[in-house]
Amino acid sequence: MQLSVLVIYLLAALTPWLYSKQQARTANILALLPAALTLWFASHIPLITSGGILVHEYAWIPGLDISLTMVLDGLSLMFALLICGIGTFILLYAGSYLKGHKDLARFLVTLLAFMGSMLGLILADNLITLFVFWELTSITSYLLIGFKHESADARKAALQGLIVTVGGGLALLAGLIMLAGAGGSYSLQEIFNSSEVLSEHPLYVGMMICILLGAFTKSAQFPFHFWLPNAMAAPTPVSAYLHSATMVKAGIYLMARLYPELGGTEFWINTLTSFGALTMLTGAFMAVRSTDLKKLLAYSTVMALGTLTLLLGLSTELAMMAFAAYLLAHSLYKGALFMLAGIVDHETGTRDVTQLGGLRKLMPITAICTLIAAFSLAGLPPMFGFVAKELLLESLLKGPVGLLIILMVITSAIFVVVVAAVIALKPFYGRFVPQARTIHEAPKLMLAGPVVLTTLSLLAGLFPAVTGQLITLPASMAVAGQPIEGYLALWHGINLPLLLSIISLAVGYGLYRYWDTLRDTLRILNPIIERGPEAGYFRFMQGIVIVSEWQTRVLQNGSMRNYLRTIILTFVGVTGYTLLWRYQVHWNWDVSVYLHEIVVVLILVSAAAAVSITGSRLGAVATMGSVGFSVALIFILFSATDLGITQILVETLTVILLVLVLFRLPGFSSTSTPAERGRDAFVAVLTGVLMTLLIMITIDVQLFPSISDYMIENSQPLAYGRNIVNVILVDYRALDTLGEIFVLALAALGVYAMIKFRPDTQPGANHYAGTLILPPKQVPEKHLVLSLDERKQIKEEQIRAEKLRIKAEAEAKIATETSSLTASNSSNATEDDSLNTTSSDEQSNNSESNKGAQ
Amino acid sequence: MEPIMAIAVGCLYAAAIYMMLRRSIVKLVIGLMLLSNAANLLIFTSAGMTRGAPPLIPVGAMQPEGIIADPLPQALILTAIVIAFGVLAFAVVLIHRAYNIIHTDNLDQMKDTDT
Amino acid sequence: MMKPGTLILHVAARFLVPLQLLFSVFLLLRGHNEPGGGFIAGLVASGAFALYLFTFGAVMTRDLMRIDPRNLIGIGLFLGMISIFPAWFQGEAFLTSQWWPVMLPGGNEIKLSTPLIFDIGVYFTVFGSVMLMLVALTETEER
Repeated sequence: MQLSVLVIYLLAALTPWLYSKQQARTANILALLPAALTLWFASHIPLITSGGILVHEYAWIPGLDISLTMVLDGLSLMFALLICGIGTFILLYAGSYLKGHKDLARFLVTLLAFMGSMLGLILADNLITLFVFWELTSITSYLLIGFKHESADARKAALQGLIVTVGGGLALLAGLIMLAGAGGSYSLQEIFNSSEVLSEHPLYVGMMICILLGAFTKSAQFPFHFWLPNAMAAPTPVSAYLHSATMVKAGIYLMARLYPELGGTEFWINTLTSFGALTMLTGAFMAVRSTDLKKLLAYSTVMALGTLTLLLGLSTELAMMAFAAYLLAHSLYKGALFMLAGIVDHETGTRDVTQLGGLRKLMPITAICTLIAAFSLAGLPPMFGFVAKELLLESLLKGPVGLLIILMVITSAIFVVVVAAVIALKPFYGRFVPQARTIHEAPKLMLAGPVVLTTLSLLAGLFPAVTGQLITLPASMAVAGQPIEGYLALWHGINLPLLLSIISLAVGYGLYRYWDTLRDTLRILNPIIERGPEAGYFRFMQGIVIVSEWQTRVLQNGSMRNYLRTIILTFVGVTGYTLLWRYQVHWNWDVSVYLHEIVVVLILVSAAAAVSITGSRLGAVATMGSVGFSVALIFILFSATDLGITQILVETLTVILLVLVLFRLPGFSSTSTPAERGRDAFVAVLTGVLMTLLIMITIDVQLFPSISDYMIENSQPLAYGRNIVNVILVDYRALDTLGEIFVLALAALGVYAMIKFRPDTQPGANHYAGTLILPPKQVPEKHLVLSLDERKQIKEEQIRAEKLRIKAEAEAKIATETSSLTASNSSNATEDDSLNTTSSDEQSNNSESNKGAQ
Repeated sequence: MEPIMAIAVGCLYAAAIYMMLRRSIVKLVIGLMLLSNAANLLIFTSAGMTRGAPPLIPVGAMQPEGIIADPLPQALILTAIVIAFGVLAFAVVLIHRAYNIIHTDNLDQMKDTDT
Repeated sequence: MMKPGTLILHVAARFLVPLQLLFSVFLLLRGHNEPGGGFIAGLVASGAFALYLFTFGAVMTRDLMRIDPRNLIGIGLFLGMISIFPAWFQGEAFLTSQWWPVMLPGGNEIKLSTPLIFDIGVYFTVFGSVMLMLVALTETEER
């Protein structure tokens, strides 16, 4: 079974290559795989009906209790058959529907990836694996819904779907972890077999809410239903696949899967039945309002999902039978209907039913298939939809629910009849509405899916007992977690459900006759609908933007000094608290100290102090030199010869570096107020005190034996080196050193890149940019608030001046080179002086003096 | 020696942080240099300080004679010094580049220019 | 940028470069047993060229070096990476040091080893990195 999922992904990876070879035929070749998988899964029907299950174990990350173990039982078998079976026809259909589309290969890759994720989801036994596949379906469906990425609507719808489902996924993860914590294992099988009674666990309600949030968002339950109709922006094959048997059923699958562990409680029954009924009503009601074929179908899908949730909520054996039957019936007819709607759209160019009519003669097969599928949708005998609907009504009447919910269900049933009639009758019967293009029957490959699915729908309805025996009853038993005695039948005798069925059919058909008037009447409710959950979603998204703007303003205010101060104070607070709370400082003063050491330390400290108060750059660099050399002295005095040498060499190179760059930056200026200085000094002193304490404590505390001893002992015997520091660098910790030389190389390349590569492409900018080291410009303060044009102007002026200057300098240089030694010496002296003056004058001084020399 | 060094390192840190909190970007660089020196000394001091016993093994011997200074922090600091130089060079060139584009050395003004 | 004409510096730079380079190789090779090693030797070598750079400018320094500092970095990192693998062929963990003592004529023994290769890699990387930065900075300065 792991293989079945992996093979799909593998094929997805190979698709672009295949497409380059086979072009349009690719989809048909790809369809062979799900077809084969359907047969493979179907071959396990006997095993499942005899009550067995198939388990393939495979460890993935054993350390984290995550496995790729996959389980095939009645429920997953039914889903697997639907996913692979419908998937086969979707691939065939998509091959024709998107024939010649430039991104067909990409579409097929994503579709296959989605198929694989969905299959993995329903087969997974491990909660984490299940979650991974769950998220994979969210991501791949995002790509599928947003397939027409040039269209803003598609992008928006895809993002909406992603945000809603992934947001729910986050809650689901929390719920699954709680479930694993309460059940003692991440394996569904083990949780199921354990003796823990989860419904009495203190976390029960919490985990239920989290898990249901995940399931409800995925399965488009009220109030998260709005993303599903919007997802119709996707190409029709996607809608047909995602919204019939797969994506949106994932949430339903999850609830069904967890029913044995979590279901049956009062909380479960109340939540699921009320949300289910509400979703049903919303879906049915919104469907009646729509005129777009796909929207009609989408809302009726929402209604069906509500029904399934309601049935799961009822928690009776009868309801479980109804659940499995309804799920199968819905997948069959909805898949067919979506594909048929796509055909109509494809051939006529419109999906608006008010613009369609009388297509029956032109598209006979499409018309018949639609009629049969719509019969199933409306629940007319002898379709399988009828069987399912009878069971639904019966379990509802016998179930633990109030009259209100029953009324809601019946209202929705009436509305669905209207929807079915609109879909089946409106485009195909009645007066012919002329279309912009010539209409003919769809290609065979596009019709294959609808024809097979409607035939199955019909056959399943004619032989309900067989269907029940083979597919739906094992699924019901897997959901219920116990054997169920029962059978499916077309005819239950004249009873209350049948009566309700007939009433709803009659009323529904009656309403269909006055559909136009009905829609007009319902328009009164528009203001309410506009303030519905979708508006809430948009308000929420706006809120996110507002909050992030606010927090950016407050936290990410762009002032580096504020960041630094915040970081330092947090560090001082947290570290200081821990240190002082846990440890005590022992000041061990009576160690021998020599005078020369004291002198070096004093030089160090006073140099550091001098650096921080000096007003001149040269002074700062010079005192920095004293700091560096004092540090080197300390290293050498305390047995770190290598360090001393390195420090001295680096100090030398640092001075070169600073001379090259730092003196081309403006001099120091005092811009801080005394209050600011005081505040910063306070922060600085606080840090200093903390670091002092830190050292004193680390000297005392030895948490674990040092590894130095090992290194010292083995340096000569094992590593043949007598300089232990070097042995550590090149042998013991060579990997660290390797990383460090890479860092060094990167820093050097970064410097090189910053100097040499310029993105600036303004005319004349190249020369300007090529000279990194320029004297600072005297730029007026208001430069910063100038407009872009004004800035450009200023810059160009600067460039011009710069060019003139460089030219003059070059001439001067040539002159200097030919002149005598004394002349150049005098210019050297001038330059040394200019280091002390503000460097803005530096270059001009220089060139002037050079000219003077000339 | 350690308490004295601890105080000295504290002073270095204070000076470094103070410089880094200034507006001038040049002072920031100086602060950075002070900070890396302070960090090196912090590691050096925390490991304990030993006089006149470098971590070398005499010729012909298998083990060092007597107690020697801890070689591990020395190895750490050695690479740290070189890397600090690389980072310093990077920072200096970076701020210079920024200065050339934005024409200010004031950190507070740099934040207003998302150019 | 540096003014020509300081005679002593000119002469000193010319003579110091080979001496310092020789010294850096000495430091590099003895680094495993005495103070020294790749980092220090690399810094000494760059110091030598830094002096030359200040005296004669970037163009002449480039000519003298003959090899682009970027290539030096590449060679260094390559040597560092190469020293990883011999142990692997011996069936040991990566980076385990390998030693191949070679007898020299005259009775002296020289120990070739992966740490030595590694240290040479460090040497070239440090040398190349520092030179890359300094030369690039000086070049822009001179323009």
